[in-house]
Amino acid sequence: MTELNQSPEKREFIAKSKTFWNPGKTQAWQDMGVDLVIDKREGYLLWDMDGRRLIDLHLNGGTYNIGHRHPELIEVLNRGMQRFDMGNHHFPNQGRTALAERLARICGGDMHYTMYASGGAEAIDIALKTARHATQRRKIVSIINAYHGHTGLAVAAGADRFKKIFLSEQPDDFIHVPFNDLNAMEDALKGKDVAALIMETIPATYGFPMPLPGYLKDVKKLCEKYGALYIADEVQTGLMRCGEMWGYQRYGIHPDMVVTGKGISGGMYPIACVVVREPYAGWLTQDGFAHMSTMGGAELGCLVAMKTLEILERPTMKPMVNYISETFRNGLHEIMGLYPDFFVGIRQCGLVMGLEFDYPEGAKPVMKHLYENGVWAIFSTLDPRVLQFKPGVLMTADLCAEVLERVERSIGLARADCLGTAKKSHRAA
Amino acid sequence: MTAIVEEILAGDKRATGNADMMLQNAEWAAATFARFDRKRVEAIARATADVAYAHAGALAEAAVKETGFGVTAHKKIKNELTSRGLFELYAKEDYCSARIKSELKMVELPRPAGIVFALTPSTNPVCSVYYKVLMALFTRNAIILSPHPMAKECSTRAAKLMAAAAEEAGAPIGIIQVIEQPNLPLIDYVMKSPRVSVILATGGTPMVRSAYSSGNPAIGVGPGNAPVLVDDSADVIEAAKRIVTSKAFDNSILCTNESVVLAVESIADRLLQALKSAGAYVAKPEEVVALRDLLFGKGSFNIAVLGKSAVEIGALIGLRLPAQTQIILAEIDRIGIDEPLSKEKLCPVLGFLRVPHAQAGITQARALIRLSGAGHSAAIHSKHAPTILKYGAAVKALRVVVNAPCSLGAAGYGTHLAPAFTIGTGFFGSSAIGENVGPQHLINWTRIAYNDDPKEAFGDFSGLDANAGGPALALGLEAPISLGRLQEGAEAAQDPLPLPHASHGTVDEVAILREEIRRMVLEELRGALRS
Repeated sequence: MTELNQSPEKREFIAKSKTFWNPGKTQAWQDMGVDLVIDKREGYLLWDMDGRRLIDLHLNGGTYNIGHRHPELIEVLNRGMQRFDMGNHHFPNQGRTALAERLARICGGDMHYTMYASGGAEAIDIALKTARHATQRRKIVSIINAYHGHTGLAVAAGADRFKKIFLSEQPDDFIHVPFNDLNAMEDALKGKDVAALIMETIPATYGFPMPLPGYLKDVKKLCEKYGALYIADEVQTGLMRCGEMWGYQRYGIHPDMVVTGKGISGGMYPIACVVVREPYAGWLTQDGFAHMSTMGGAELGCLVAMKTLEILERPTMKPMVNYISETFRNGLHEIMGLYPDFFVGIRQCGLVMGLEFDYPEGAKPVMKHLYENGVWAIFSTLDPRVLQFKPGVLMTADLCAEVLERVERSIGLARADCLGTAKKSHRAA
Repeated sequence: MTAIVEEILAGDKRATGNADMMLQNAEWAAATFARFDRKRVEAIARATADVAYAHAGALAEAAVKETGFGVTAHKKIKNELTSRGLFELYAKEDYCSARIKSELKMVELPRPAGIVFALTPSTNPVCSVYYKVLMALFTRNAIILSPHPMAKECSTRAAKLMAAAAEEAGAPIGIIQVIEQPNLPLIDYVMKSPRVSVILATGGTPMVRSAYSSGNPAIGVGPGNAPVLVDDSADVIEAAKRIVTSKAFDNSILCTNESVVLAVESIADRLLQALKSAGAYVAKPEEVVALRDLLFGKGSFNIAVLGKSAVEIGALIGLRLPAQTQIILAEIDRIGIDEPLSKEKLCPVLGFLRVPHAQAGITQARALIRLSGAGHSAAIHSKHAPTILKYGAAVKALRVVVNAPCSLGAAGYGTHLAPAFTIGTGFFGSSAIGENVGPQHLINWTRIAYNDDPKEAFGDFSGLDANAGGPALALGLEAPISLGRLQEGAEAAQDPLPLPHASHGTVDEVAILREEIRRMVLEELRGALRS
């Protein structure tokens, strides 16, 4: 249906994208009714190349946490480029050290060192290698169907979906346990041969299942008991998205390593970081050349990241995140009241939200209707009953009101698609 | 961080980016606050005023220490008047509830402005913060204060104390904010922000003019220069006492202070004697020359004497005045551009001009205000109603204080004028408002107006709550955590649903019951669907 409204230019472009870029991915979106080609972007707004305006609630996993093309980031990048470029990764460098110093202050305790990557997956690899060096153990435990990126170790720690196709499974070294299952976790760790447990504080592609009360604390205790390091993958949950700088702070734990990516780049210059506790950073002293990355911690990226953190640390930031997350909680509960047989629940930790639809793959029609109604939010690949709902930390009251109004309309339309106008009819489950 | 990195990060947009976030926070707070009811608002205002009152003395001292202006004891009085005093005054009114006017078939709903951007002066720093914050709270507005840079420490302290008290009492987070490092480009940026609903500008003329040219609605005030006419019907002794008290109050730092006494010749000598007995020092002609040079030697008013005491000012021209000297009287022979001492003097130096009769006094009063102070204040000491009326009609002042000290009288203390530290100078003084500014100026009213045809009946609005229903209010307190319903294990650890908005501060039993029933129905429905 949307195809009918496409301009000839867009139709031609999409064909070209299939020819030269990625035919499978390009076609998949067309099949789902999302023919988005993002052109102009500003704040939390996107414009499709045909001029349609969309409110961005996907944020590319939190990459655009403080909005697209934040003016202060544009300024710092412009200023930085008058003097710096990526820098030479072999040498001490002003931007990298300054960012590391700031991250050490923000993380507190003995989290002294920062190791740099050019993206989240590379950062995960660094974290896992660091844990192996520190513990002199090989095994890594992660959550079943977890997502940590696509590089060698990161993809091995994640779901089969992304490794089998590339023959990249490493079943001997990578153990997967169910989320929120303490017994399984203990079974995996008790052999005392595990270097590290890595987990997203709230697993994103899994549809943001929330840690049950006490779960993360107990997991951390198990790690301590069996000598495994706890690596918090905060790529999607960090940077104020959960209401504190790091998601794990909401659950009262202190990890041994923190991985941050996506949002720390401000969506302006690729960068990702691993912050590690001093006792586990041994290789940095033993052989500082052991891991290298030409583009990891590029100096311009460091400047952008510093500015991003500065913005996130302003005293006005936290109340704003509270307002936005309270407003969505309250407003979405009203909408749930309108469609109680379809929209049944909200998983939420601050601005990390999953909307639950009690219908198989129910989030897909919701995504489609939202798209047609000017909101871009994506379903969860690994639990398509859940729509990932990720508002940015700087959303205005007016924009939130507009989102709620569009969400109400779209859920109504999706419900009619799934359940028909008469309740309980055509239910597949 | 190296200096180079610091320099790159500093950027021009840091301050404005910060200000944008303050405005955005205020926007959120204002949206919630606008749905609070009268009772809840009063409790917040009371708690805020109480904290302000408790710090009246300490902040008076801090203000004098920081600015060097005024008298601690008098500033303490002003701080008390603008905290508990204003609270009690404003609490008598209702700026939150609907008004049902059955006879007009009309319902009026108060609509807060949204974000008030308040500039506060160095001369009356703390009491201006108190006053503007309380006006904003009573009208359910968010307020962002921008103190004068010379008084930023004490003003910031005052604002933060009030913000903490308001939030403690249940106000939405960010309802009171302060720009701690104000500068002109930043103030200009905020004034022009489309997020600002109204600017409350108290300060110098350039500041007020730029508020008016910002493109946002502004309530600004012009400078004063109050004439005080004493005619032959006046109680000369009382008049003298009141004038001296007024001129000495906080070393004449209020813009409502008397500038020049216009004494009718027949009582002038007696008045002069009475002024002396009340604590005035009458300067000798050569001392008047020195005063003129000290106060206006460089053209505009010398900031170094602003709010200084008579004794200190005397010392600056080589006079050793007795410690109890309250004010210095400078006799002048004309009003006009050729006599600088007939301009506004924010220090206890008072001009004294003899006039042959009351009518001449009125003419001179007009001349004085022509010089500066249009739309501001004037005073008269007289028992002769026709003269008082004539004076009021002739001078371009929008408040004429009779037989009372003008400093506080025009500001609403000791008269029945509205107590205020922002004095509207109206059209005469290039201002939108001609009254003493009060909470009523920070709201508009939505008027629901019925067909006046008697066949069309007026609805029954009694007992209805305009703000009831709708989603629960966001207060900015905490980012919620909840498990949802489809997740395994979620049933055991379910969070309570947010209560629907009832607008009342006290828990609404009916609403809870209603929510309970709704939840039970939902549960049942879900159960039925699952099975």
